[in-house]
Amino acid sequence: MTPLSPTDYDAIRLSVQVAIAATLLSLPFGFAFAYLITFVKFRGKVLLEVLVNLPLTLPPVVVGYFLLLLLGRHGWLGSLLNEAGIRLIFTLKAAVIASAVVGFPLLVRSLRIGMESIDPQLINASRTLGARWHDTLLTVILPLSVPGLAAGSSLMFARSLGEFGATIIVAGNIPGVTQTIPLAIYEYASSPTSESMALSLCLVSVVISLVVLFLHEMMAKKMARRR
Amino acid sequence: MQLSMTVRKSFGTFTLATGFTVSGDSVGIFGVSGSGKSTLVSMLAGLLPPDSGEIILDGECLFSSAKRINLRPEQRRIAMVFQQHCLFPHLNVRNNLLYGYKRCPAQFRTIDFNALVDVLKLEGLLDRGVTNLSGGEKQRVALGRAILANPCLLLMDEPLSALDDSLRFQIIPYLRSVSEQFGIPYLFISHSLIEMRLMTDNTLVFEKGVMVEQVSSEQLARNRMGSSPVGYINLLKLGRPSPSAGLFAYPWGAGQLLLSAGSDCDTSMAELSSKDIILFKQHPEAISARNLLKCSVSSLFSSGRKIGVELEYAGNTLIAEVVQDAVNELGIIPGSTIYAAIKASAFRMLPGGLLINFSASACVTGASPIKPTLPKPPIFYTILANISLLLYYKMLARHML
Repeated sequence: MTPLSPTDYDAIRLSVQVAIAATLLSLPFGFAFAYLITFVKFRGKVLLEVLVNLPLTLPPVVVGYFLLLLLGRHGWLGSLLNEAGIRLIFTLKAAVIASAVVGFPLLVRSLRIGMESIDPQLINASRTLGARWHDTLLTVILPLSVPGLAAGSSLMFARSLGEFGATIIVAGNIPGVTQTIPLAIYEYASSPTSESMALSLCLVSVVISLVVLFLHEMMAKKMARRR
Repeated sequence: MQLSMTVRKSFGTFTLATGFTVSGDSVGIFGVSGSGKSTLVSMLAGLLPPDSGEIILDGECLFSSAKRINLRPEQRRIAMVFQQHCLFPHLNVRNNLLYGYKRCPAQFRTIDFNALVDVLKLEGLLDRGVTNLSGGEKQRVALGRAILANPCLLLMDEPLSALDDSLRFQIIPYLRSVSEQFGIPYLFISHSLIEMRLMTDNTLVFEKGVMVEQVSSEQLARNRMGSSPVGYINLLKLGRPSPSAGLFAYPWGAGQLLLSAGSDCDTSMAELSSKDIILFKQHPEAISARNLLKCSVSSLFSSGRKIGVELEYAGNTLIAEVVQDAVNELGIIPGSTIYAAIKASAFRMLPGGLLINFSASACVTGASPIKPTLPKPPIFYTILANISLLLYYKMLARHML
């Protein structure tokens, strides 16, 4: 096994950075979507559910390609941003967006399961005790969604660490800029002499995943005890 | 409290259509499961909008389809005690109790926190989490939480049905005393006749979504005697017993009764079914039943195929049930004298008096709760939320990327 090179350290740092940023980026949206789907009655709810879950079933490369179409220099959103002087494609921001989109369904799913497990009578009780809807949201729904929030965030974080297909399309594979662990491993694996370098990074990846999953389980246990 | 409700609500094949005006401080809504009681209560609390109609409570219009009024639950000041305690699991007892209190406008706050804690005997529990409380403690906290919201009306939707029998009768004195002491009128919903009689004066009876009668709870029990498998349940208030030849002699009004069950309370409550009383025209010389009461008949009433005989004994009233043939044969008429024989083992003591610690596991029963739907956010909050989001993302971009 070969010791890690400076670009490997960069890849590890970038991976963690992207995963955290993508999770934080998605949290408010995830909470809003889960809330809408669970508690608000409206037309076209099924359509929304399907759209939210779409990235889960689409190949990540397809998601990446759509993002490229959307955010590219001639894309619908990309051209607008370009005029404003913002460039997303082939930057770390694009990697974050790609990870956020791909992991989003996992986050919403966990949050939704958490919210659905809240006894509806608790919400009714809070309303009859004089709480307005946003008060109920902050004082009953949000605290009782924390287990779902924690579970969803850790799943999403783990998913973002492994994100490859969409990232390589919208963010490229630029060492030190957008190259995350999976992209670096891919690069090592495609050159015939760097097998052991790939193995080192694989081990790092395994260790990070194990830590995240341990934390996830521990949090789940703690939550279960508290209930 | 004066409540007038004319409402209509349909779900699939079930339709609730009713109109009534009721006044009083302890009103009951009685009916079997599926008769529309819970739907009615949810409409009153504002958790479920009626299809059409009008709800007026103490002169204030809570709902009117004609005037397009529909006050939200939080605007109605109607607190609820649910079948399941519905305590917030993430808050401790104190914060559960204060949830409604903090949200009640200051000018309506008349109930003192400490006084209520005192009445409900919750002192030692205030800093505990609610998940570790026993069934009875949970229901007491739920009751306290509803009262502390300083409501103009308290709805109790089968608050005792998730508790076991011994616990039920221990909670009833709390329910009554708390609302009486703090002057909060209540609407008590139940399918149990005995709870109705202990909790309410005036009762609305519902069947299949329609109100069929409005009677006193005592009258309701008499009306149902003939069709009930347990007959009419006499509730007897007894004094402190003294042992007597293997049995226990309880003072009852000016008289005395012999029961096989003992008690060490100063007052206790016993149930006696109208079916367990045997009537004699003359004194039977010897009889195995240990209670033979010389009563006078005060009235007769018919209920189904049975005749209820209201007896007067030592200043107490007792209802016995017989068939018409027996009435003719014994020549029972109001004013006549008759002997009533009751076995010492026919009485059933109701657990009551002081509340002690017990751990009861609440069983889940009853209809599925109404699924709440919350309104879409008003524009102000949407803007506020968007501004906070913007700040959040700006911070995220600065520190992470």
